[in-house]
Amino acid sequence: MVNVLYFASFREMLGKANEQMPANHNTVDSLISELATRGDNWKQALLDNQNLQIAVNHNVANRQTEIRAGDEIAFFPPVTGG
Amino acid sequence: MANYPYIKVQKEDFDLTTEVAKLREGHTDIGAVVSFVGTVRDINEGDDVSVLELEHYPGMTEKALEKIRLEAHERWELESSVIIHRIGKMYPTDQIVLVAVSSRHRENAFYAAHFIMDYLKTNAPFWKKETLPDGEERWVDARLSDKDAEKRWQ
Repeated sequence: MVNVLYFASFREMLGKANEQMPANHNTVDSLISELATRGDNWKQALLDNQNLQIAVNHNVANRQTEIRAGDEIAFFPPVTGG
Repeated sequence: MANYPYIKVQKEDFDLTTEVAKLREGHTDIGAVVSFVGTVRDINEGDDVSVLELEHYPGMTEKALEKIRLEAHERWELESSVIIHRIGKMYPTDQIVLVAVSSRHRENAFYAAHFIMDYLKTNAPFWKKETLPDGEERWVDARLSDKDAEKRWQ
């Protein structure tokens, strides 16, 4: 399994903060492809979003980043702290 | 100084004088302390703001802040540094963030504090949501000017 997290506007748009998913994807891109089939809001937030930010195990990642069982994958909008 | 918490993400407010005293504790070779305090404005994008709520990514946020802090220590000769960032609900005039840096000479402390804030803005996972007086809530958009500010250090 992998742990998938959604933050800020993504959490609200997708209606969940986190979920466990089977580890049947080798890359973030492949995982996004599956998530995007859930509906327009998913497609908009993750697939069509040029500003999508990705982290794998607390490190900045991108769509090509490889993932494996036990990983924590997070999706969020550009950060606005400070 | 090994136990001094250099990074703090907390709901509670902080006291600048107390934090600077801790920063200087045990150092007799400090000649300069530069501190930056970010505070909540009551206006954003032309609208009045009543409440600002800060969300973070527990674990990654602390890691990102520590990485920025250590990079400042690699780039400039510093004696000590601290980053405190608040989360949760805040109101106009509240303090949000503190960056304080000490060094032997002022130039390094000035540069490092500026660098840490610019990088924090674009690299640390925090998100702001503001509530307007009529109760409308909206997520604050990332600013292009913050991205440009980061670039000056590259």
